[in-house]
Amino acid sequence: MSEVTELETLGFLRWIWRQLTSMRIALILLLLLGIAAVPGSIFPQRNQNPMKVQEFFTNNPGIAPWLDRIKLFDVYSSPWFSAIYLLLFISLIGCVLPRTAAHIKAIGAMPPLTPKFLDRMEFFHKIDRQDEEALSDARKWLKSHRFRVRVEAHSISAEKGYLRETGNLLFHLSLLLILVAVGIGSLFGSKGEAILNVGDRFINTPTSYDNLAFGKFQSDGSLQPFALTVKAFKATYDPATNAPLDYLLTVVTSNPVGAKPVTHIIKVNKPLTFGSTKIYLQANGYSAIVAVRDKSGKVVFEGAVPFLPQDANLTSTGAIKIPDMKPQIGFVASFLPTADRSASRGAFSAYPEVLDPRLLFSVWMGNLGLDTGVPQSVYRIDTSKMTRLGLKALGLHQSYNFGEGSITFEGWKSWVNLQIVDDPGKMYALFGAIFAVLGLLISLFTQQRRIWIKLDGEVQVAGLAKNGVPGLSEEIDALVKSLQKESEVKE
Amino acid sequence: MIFLAFLLLFAGVAFRAASAHRVPWGNMYEFSITGALAFTGAYLFALVKYKIRWLGLPVSIAVLLTLGTAVTLLYRPSAPLVPALKSTWLAIHVSSAIISGGVFLLANAVAATYLILDRYESRGARPRWAEKLPSLEVLDQLSYRLVAFVFPLWTFAVIAGAIWAESAWGRYWGWDPKETWAFITWVAYAAYLHARVTIGWRGRRAAWLCLFAGSTFLFNYVYVNIWGTGRHTYSGL
Repeated sequence: MSEVTELETLGFLRWIWRQLTSMRIALILLLLLGIAAVPGSIFPQRNQNPMKVQEFFTNNPGIAPWLDRIKLFDVYSSPWFSAIYLLLFISLIGCVLPRTAAHIKAIGAMPPLTPKFLDRMEFFHKIDRQDEEALSDARKWLKSHRFRVRVEAHSISAEKGYLRETGNLLFHLSLLLILVAVGIGSLFGSKGEAILNVGDRFINTPTSYDNLAFGKFQSDGSLQPFALTVKAFKATYDPATNAPLDYLLTVVTSNPVGAKPVTHIIKVNKPLTFGSTKIYLQANGYSAIVAVRDKSGKVVFEGAVPFLPQDANLTSTGAIKIPDMKPQIGFVASFLPTADRSASRGAFSAYPEVLDPRLLFSVWMGNLGLDTGVPQSVYRIDTSKMTRLGLKALGLHQSYNFGEGSITFEGWKSWVNLQIVDDPGKMYALFGAIFAVLGLLISLFTQQRRIWIKLDGEVQVAGLAKNGVPGLSEEIDALVKSLQKESEVKE
Repeated sequence: MIFLAFLLLFAGVAFRAASAHRVPWGNMYEFSITGALAFTGAYLFALVKYKIRWLGLPVSIAVLLTLGTAVTLLYRPSAPLVPALKSTWLAIHVSSAIISGGVFLLANAVAATYLILDRYESRGARPRWAEKLPSLEVLDQLSYRLVAFVFPLWTFAVIAGAIWAESAWGRYWGWDPKETWAFITWVAYAAYLHARVTIGWRGRRAAWLCLFAGSTFLFNYVYVNIWGTGRHTYSGL
């Protein structure tokens, strides 16, 4: 009884395997993969823009949790998307590996036997020629046209274009290599970001990052042990359109920490490389330098506070939090590099460079909520447990007394957002991509075809073009002509 | 005539490049005029090898519509590039994508002609205007050849984009809407090639699949550029 069920299970598994590796299922999976990728371009994705996802939740509170349940905000890491591409790749392996084995055998083997009835094949020709030499003439012609030739008693079977299958297999194996490379990158890589003011020093340890994500099999000890100091940052803008023209970041690095310092330039398209780690310039903005004093005039805070750009002219918003004052003080603030004002928009920045800086803020007193354990944005203040003390716009070096103390707008600095990525799989993906294109070119531009010649009272010629590739008809005409000529010469 | 138009259009694109001092592929106006150029070029190129003079009319209409839209709705004065676009990959990635697009659309035009004529023929005979057009088999083969010819170039365009993304954005693939749709187009044409070569689809079904794949390309160009929110949105179209 159990033997029967075992056989049935085995049969069933075989049936599944045959289905999975069939071309029809592979095609369906391929189309499904395309369709499954669509929602990721319609709904905001967590790994690209978590803020947009939050916004979507706020705007559509009814449907958002349901969409989230079917992973529409994490499409490309969702179980259903993964299932499709894993099945597709299993199908690919099941199809490509046996074909590779067969192809390797075929490379060593002779072309298949000549079919019995050539007149049933395509491109059939008859040549009125009786002599036995016709075969050796044909063989010469085929050899000189780089055909593989199999000589039989009264016929020749020739084949050309084995590279087509080679290219085809190379292409598909390269796709597997790319998948493996993506896997290596996500399992053994890391990716993090850090905002640094000009003058700041960064040491590549997990605590230095604003956020850092490790692959499953990557430990924090594996980070490249470099240190980096931001020396200067220069942004140039087009005065006519306010559009950025160039960003130039100068850093001094030592790798490992303590080694001889080296100066490097980082630009948007020119990251800095340490082994498989790359450092990218991703964003920039302004930090306002402020000093906050208490009633007695003692400085309780002095430093550069980064502000987040809100538009192309770097109208920026941020928060200055002073948890050390009692009661706690917070400033909900905007930084305008070139201040302007209009009736409809209020205060805004008219140019991205610092020409006429202004610090706008409202002062709040009460509980900043920093000890609740809930992580807080450094750019925002939850003012629900605070009371407002005042509103003010400060020019450079101006101060404002808000009763509990005073704030001075002392200056500004640029900050840069560095993205530091370690992707050890990247090189393999590149190789995979190069081989894939090569394989594709070889397979799509190589024409595989067979030609047969048979002596049967006359000389018969026929051919077969795989996938209906063009050109064989002309080739056979040339062969026929050459055979006719040879016979004329001999007569 | 079309050849003359091609030369004039080429001059137009070249002058745009000269006036902006860079390759003319920084915004949608420039993509559209270059795309029209590539489409016309693909037609002329195919004209050398195949008898497709009959395609001249639909090609001209499509080009006129594209240029009309470009000049009226999409026009922006010449301007320098934003820093993210300053890379040699701009020329490589965008030119290969535009050329692929031109050929894909030509294949689409052929496939559409196939379907229209197929309908006429199944009802009886071709109308008079279509009498000089090639047979259905020739059309069927032609759209396949165009796709097979340009698919490696499209693959290369996507890969060049990935290499550029790696140096500009810190990852070679991030499912940005444009990347996603480029992938969808790639998958759709891969399916089309497999359906033809391995399963042996011909005629109507193949033509529909070809149209579907081509429409994903057009959708990518129109929808993602105008309404998309990804990283491919630069400088107000």
